[in-house]
Amino acid sequence: MAEFSTPTTEQEFAENFAQLKPVMNRTEALYESSRCLFCFDAPCIKACPSGIDIPQFIRQINSGNETGAARTIYEANYFGNACGKVCPTEVLCEGACVYNLQEVKPIEIGRLQSYATTKVIKSDKKLFGPGMENGKKVAVIGAGPAGISAACELRLLGYSVDVFEAKAQPSGLTVYGVAPYKITNEETLAEMAYLQAQFGYNTHFNSAITSRAELAELENKYDAIFLGIGLGKTNELRLPGEDKINCTGAVEFIAELRQHQHEVAVGRTVIVLGGGNTAMDAASESSRLGAETVILAYRRAKEEMGAYNFEYDLAKGVGVKGLFNVAPLEITGNGYVAGVKFIRTETKDGKVHEIAGSEFVQPCDMVIKATGQAKQTEFLSLIPYLKLDGKGRIIANPHTGQTSNPKYFASGDAWNGGAEVVNAAAEAKLTARGIHAYLSK
Amino acid sequence: MPDLSINFAGIKSPNPFWLASAPPTNSGYQVMKAFDAGWGGAVWKTLGVPVVNVSSRYGGVNYRDKRLVGFNNIELISDRPLSDNLREIEEVKKRFPNHAVIASLMVQSQQEWHDIVRQSQDAGADGFELNFGCPHGMCERGMGSAVGQEPKILQMIVEWVMEVAQKPVIVKLTPNISDITEPALAARRGGADAISLINTIQSIVGVDLDKFAPYPIVDGKGTNGGYCGPAVKPIALNMVKNCAQHPDIKLPISGIGGIENWRDAVEHILLGASSVQVCTAAMHFGFGIIREMTSGLEQYMVEKGFNTIDDMVGKALPNVLHWEDLNMKYKVTANINEAKCIGCQLCYTACEDGAHQAIKLNAGTRIPEIIEENCVGCNLCSLVCPVEQCITMEQTDSGTQHLTWKERVEAGTAPTEFEDEKAGGRHHWVPAPSAALSKERHKTLPGKARIINGETEVPAEA
Ligand SMILES: Cc1cc2nc3c(=O)[nH]c(=O)nc-3n(C[C@H](O)[C@H](O)[C@H](O)COP(=O)(O)OP(=O)(O)OC[C@H]3O[C@@H](n4cnc5c(N)ncnc54)[C@H](O)[C@@H]3O)c2cc1C
Ligand SMILES: Cc1cc2nc3c(=O)[nH]c(=O)nc-3n(C[C@H](O)[C@H](O)[C@H](O)COP(=O)(O)O)c2cc1C
Ligand code: SF4
Ligand code: SF4
Ligand code: SF4
Repeated sequence: MAEFSTPTTEQEFAENFAQLKPVMNRTEALYESSRCLFCFDAPCIKACPSGIDIPQFIRQINSGNETGAARTIYEANYFGNACGKVCPTEVLCEGACVYNLQEVKPIEIGRLQSYATTKVIKSDKKLFGPGMENGKKVAVIGAGPAGISAACELRLLGYSVDVFEAKAQPSGLTVYGVAPYKITNEETLAEMAYLQAQFGYNTHFNSAITSRAELAELENKYDAIFLGIGLGKTNELRLPGEDKINCTGAVEFIAELRQHQHEVAVGRTVIVLGGGNTAMDAASESSRLGAETVILAYRRAKEEMGAYNFEYDLAKGVGVKGLFNVAPLEITGNGYVAGVKFIRTETKDGKVHEIAGSEFVQPCDMVIKATGQAKQTEFLSLIPYLKLDGKGRIIANPHTGQTSNPKYFASGDAWNGGAEVVNAAAEAKLTARGIHAYLSK
Repeated sequence: MPDLSINFAGIKSPNPFWLASAPPTNSGYQVMKAFDAGWGGAVWKTLGVPVVNVSSRYGGVNYRDKRLVGFNNIELISDRPLSDNLREIEEVKKRFPNHAVIASLMVQSQQEWHDIVRQSQDAGADGFELNFGCPHGMCERGMGSAVGQEPKILQMIVEWVMEVAQKPVIVKLTPNISDITEPALAARRGGADAISLINTIQSIVGVDLDKFAPYPIVDGKGTNGGYCGPAVKPIALNMVKNCAQHPDIKLPISGIGGIENWRDAVEHILLGASSVQVCTAAMHFGFGIIREMTSGLEQYMVEKGFNTIDDMVGKALPNVLHWEDLNMKYKVTANINEAKCIGCQLCYTACEDGAHQAIKLNAGTRIPEIIEENCVGCNLCSLVCPVEQCITMEQTDSGTQHLTWKERVEAGTAPTEFEDEKAGGRHHWVPAPSAALSKERHKTLPGKARIINGETEVPAEA
């Protein structure tokens, strides 16, 4: 029996993918905000990559000043609403809340954050406006958390901003990658519309920048170029049978899921390859789409998985089964996926060793590879003098985001190698200030 | 099993818990329901010439997520015809002969006082409570607190009542006065059998920020009301104590004000009350709270070995002294239990900004440290600490010396001049004023303020 029956309507999809952190009502927000101790030099602030003044906004909520609370949040993080829902708060702000040390449930900071910001978004309350036009222009490539955050901050500083985005919608992986039970498409896009209405940057969708000629044009037309391009497709495994039908990359699978929801079909028995957070998401999502058996196969031991514990718990909670210390050798099947041939492994001195003769085939009808996203090295090679590190990450000044090509600045996954929405949002704010400093010289 | 029953100035009741004269005692229906639930007595909603009330009538004070920490009303006395009330008193007494039914009264002329006392006596009331307390609506008509604030008038009315009363007379006092013992003494002089206190405190519980009007709002306007509920307990306790300690009052006291559970009741009793009355808590949670009150009181009496309520009345009074009689040699110092500390640093900021700069933060830990030489033993840190028993105040004097202010004055060792060497704060260390604006100042400010004040990045562990 499957944990979930296959959703066939929007309604059923919404039920299977019910929000983990639903928006609070006023009463819940009042009760929860009442618990905050208003710590001195609060550890939750330090644990927030965007440094939101958490006790301040919680106190504002408690005193009935939701608008002020939202302003406090947005001043530090333009993805304030999304972050409240998608941040791994368990390991960030909420993980640092002093209540943990008292073995009392930490303050639900994320949900309070979404509460205040949802209020201003829904009432379309104007909190910000563009600064005095300074006559300078910046091109932003990528409308993800990094690109949109940079656009907001640059508008605040008076720049004219054009955002170029390959896809049809803004917010990057927030709407194409994050699990649907964390945030809905509507919520994500409402925040994007709210920001654009206030800051007034120009967006150009379905406008991938792909050639040297296009880049040269941007270099001519704009005073600076911001790279918020994130990462690329799922890494190839280079295994025999990888091209079989129903063997797909996790990022591609999830992007489909976010866009087409219940119309996306999933196998009866799904094997997810990987041990990171994306693997956990893909496994949970397969289960919620009605797969009867979902197997999470990882090369190393359970304890060695890169995923956060709470993400693994979430997957286990919807019936996902772990299969550890197995390395895939081949995707079997005749045209369609029919199984994965694994070999058992053991970890010795931190290295994975295959155990000779331990091969076996685990039957399945779908394989999702959650084996990391490739870097956009090909595209980045089109930018003269741009240096990448050994892992394909853009090298940039940690205080300004300026790359080795002074006209180019970077933030987000393309710079940090793949982190969270909040990191991209925080970095982009810093980088926008870096651009301002550079162009004000 | 301890005996909860009381004999209060001749009024007998199966337990010391009475409903105060207020909406919960508006009708026979409510009083019977309350007795059935376990209440020992009820002071009927004040009888007199029936009034007309306004709508709306109540306002509340909420603290964070807690509702009705304070409560206020602009209601008057009973709006029901006297005969209806008296008939129902009679009915209640028939069904509950062993419970206390006390008629609360408020009228104007001597004749009216005589009439109403006689009539309620005939209805079977076990006693009377003269309402000299209501601080709104009735006082403007020369009744309620207008009487309670004029000891002479109060005494005269008590005398009128005593002329006809054959049952015990309780005088209910208003706290809207600078010295509560004055009206209490007047009640005694007039011949009253007991006093009860406090009635409500004149108040405005809040202002509507959009309508620019005080709560409760009546057609866009409001008026001052009477304040009660948990918030007024400390004021009530002090007044009960003042009356109980006064050598000339010597009347049984019915304690009222902020009683919501058995603990509150015991506090009133330890300070001298021999019955207690409850209004707001019954209005907030209904009559059912009585079960927790009686069971808690019983348990406490068992644990302390008290057999009767009288055993505990006034038990705390010998320990309530005048300030000048406190031992100035006694010294406590704050102590942080590091194993319990959760690192919220509320104690730090409280002492730093609100007390004596006697707590410091150290690099590499969030657990603050007490600077013992600076600690004056004020308790503030232990009061703000959110963890039970984490900051304790430990005695640091030898425990062998005793010296009071009074003794110092008598011995001539009390400071008397502006620059007196004998003063307490004379050599007490305080930081130089300019330190407040020094380079390091961000370290004493919370959260974002640190960043605004020049620190670009908050250090990993301050
Ligand atoms: C499956 C998955 C789940 C995740 N779950 C979470 C989560 O729960 N919580 C969380 O905080 N983070 C999560 N993340 C991480 C988070 O989504 C990213 O860290 C964040 O979106 C990075 O923002 P970014 O702006 O750097 O890149 P992206 O969000 O990837 O945005 C880059 C944008 O640039 C566009 N683009 C790229 N190249 C070009 C080009 N040449 N021309 C024009 N446009 C271009 C892309 O189409 C995209 O819209 C998840 C990531 C994945 C893959
Ligand atoms: C510890 C302490 C000491 C006080 N000392 C004084 C004082 O010296 N002079 C004064 O006018 N009021 C003094 N007050 C009263 C306060 O100024 C204020 O009127 C009262 O606390 C009510 O305000 P609050 O509810 O904000 O505390 C003191 C209050 C506290 C708590
Ligand atoms: S650590 Fe927790 S209690 Fe302290 S300020 Fe932050 S959210 Fe509030
Ligand atoms: S208030 Fe209590 S818990 Fe908080 S830092 Fe001080 S001692 Fe620790
Ligand atoms: S008792 Fe008072 S002076 Fe001493 S450390 Fe605590 S707050 Fe400071």
